[in-house]
Amino acid sequence: MPAFELFQPSSISDAQKLLEQYREDAWVVAGGLDSFDWLKDRIKRPKALVDLSGIAEMKGVRTSSEGVEIGAMTTLTEVVRHPVVREKYGLLAEAAELAASPQIRNQGTIGGNVSQDARCWYYRAGWPCYRAGGNVCYADTPTGRNREHAILHAERCVAVNPSDSAPALIALDARFVLRTPKGERIIDAEDYFIGPDVDITRLHILKPGDLLTSIRIPSTWAGAQFYFEKVRDRNVWDFALLNVASAMQVSGNAIERIRLAVNGAAARPLRLRAVEDAARGKPATSATGEMAGKLAVQGAVALQFNAYKIPLMRNLVKRAIGGVEEAKWVS
Amino acid sequence: MPNPTLKILGDTPKAVSRRRFIKGVIAGGAAVSSASYLFRNSVVHGVSGTGDRLITLNVNGQLRRVDVMKQETLAWTLRYKLGLTGTKLGCDRAECGACTVLLDDVPHYSCSVLTHTVRNEKVLSIEGLANEDGTLHPIQQGIIDEQGFQCAFCMSGFVMATEGFLKTIPDPTRSELAHGISGNLCRCQDYDKILTALMRGAENMRTANHV
Repeated sequence: MPAFELFQPSSISDAQKLLEQYREDAWVVAGGLDSFDWLKDRIKRPKALVDLSGIAEMKGVRTSSEGVEIGAMTTLTEVVRHPVVREKYGLLAEAAELAASPQIRNQGTIGGNVSQDARCWYYRAGWPCYRAGGNVCYADTPTGRNREHAILHAERCVAVNPSDSAPALIALDARFVLRTPKGERIIDAEDYFIGPDVDITRLHILKPGDLLTSIRIPSTWAGAQFYFEKVRDRNVWDFALLNVASAMQVSGNAIERIRLAVNGAAARPLRLRAVEDAARGKPATSATGEMAGKLAVQGAVALQFNAYKIPLMRNLVKRAIGGVEEAKWVS
Repeated sequence: MPNPTLKILGDTPKAVSRRRFIKGVIAGGAAVSSASYLFRNSVVHGVSGTGDRLITLNVNGQLRRVDVMKQETLAWTLRYKLGLTGTKLGCDRAECGACTVLLDDVPHYSCSVLTHTVRNEKVLSIEGLANEDGTLHPIQQGIIDEQGFQCAFCMSGFVMATEGFLKTIPDPTRSELAHGISGNLCRCQDYDKILTALMRGAENMRTANHV
């Protein structure tokens, strides 16, 4: 790795002072698993690394009657093993457990997982693409390798968001607590993520100097009916080709409340509001799922090698609503 | 009458085993680093950074003074500064698991940990598993019992991942253990035998702990 100065602040305010001081030359490190790839490949060359692992106030899970607050520096393993998260917000535990490998979950943090950068290999290999500030997309060409890329809301850049916990947090209606130079800011999980239409160089709203300090999950969806599924090439380590997360409350024969999100389809995890609206009040059956799936992929555009993602997303949404048993593939 | 010279030669593998040789190298390194400790006043302190490059690490139960660059990974420090070459560098990208060590009993890819960030943690590498007298750790013994690896480049990583996993689930099923060590790759594709060997290791550990 190229040389840099390493800072290990012990409080959020100290970290902010450092970010203030170094601005664009600073690089924030949480677990480091995304960061070190950039540094080892010498594509990013920050002058100062601000390592957040020494900040105790950003670690751990706090529970209250209003829900849980997870420090951004809490590791995925800690999230997965936390008894309250498992019992009431199992959707998140399930999603976090499917991320990467055991060692990465031991080190990678929930804040890092939702803030990681795109995995498009043209971008990661340092090609001067749109996302890197250039003027071309190498993936969206007739011969570009784009099997893993976007089917929805692509604009110039076709990279997707790689996070597994992000759709689960959106389905759980989580709030993200940010610390900006202007003070604390609390936003909906959904609004943390941005597409190329807002800023093509970032997947989230953090600007230099901003920090994601914690994630709050309200008790609104505690113990609801959850569904999470991640589809990937290998059973371990791989990023999702697509994943789906849903939280449903079914009373009697009808879906009373529902939140549903997919990731791997666009540059940001997508909350499927139209699907939610259409499914509400209907029975949680494969017929409703079928309808929801078709609705979910409306407007989807396949690239050269990722057409499979459209039926895949349709079926994942169908399963998320109608369950797996009834949702067997019929050709 | 036995030739005394031959007798000495015959004892050599025990007297100067590879392990002891490495230990000797490490002791030499410790002497060098303690020498630099004496002259640490000459080190220029960073104004607000992490300060000294000369830090103390707790490695395999020993406190080791070592000169570490800010951008240095733990795998690099272990192998090239402390002489603990049992930790292997495969991909250097947190993808293969060959560099797995335990930090406070939890498996980590040491290729993706900055050494400066583990100053307050206990590092355990493969060299710290066996007893001082050379008795192998139960997992290591399990591998010998079952001949679980082919080229074994990935072995130390697998052993450390298993050691860490068994601390949370000491009596795993085969599929639980497979899931627990799923962050390690074997290019020989010897997974089935590796799993058999590590299951034997887990069994050995339970036997050892019950005694």
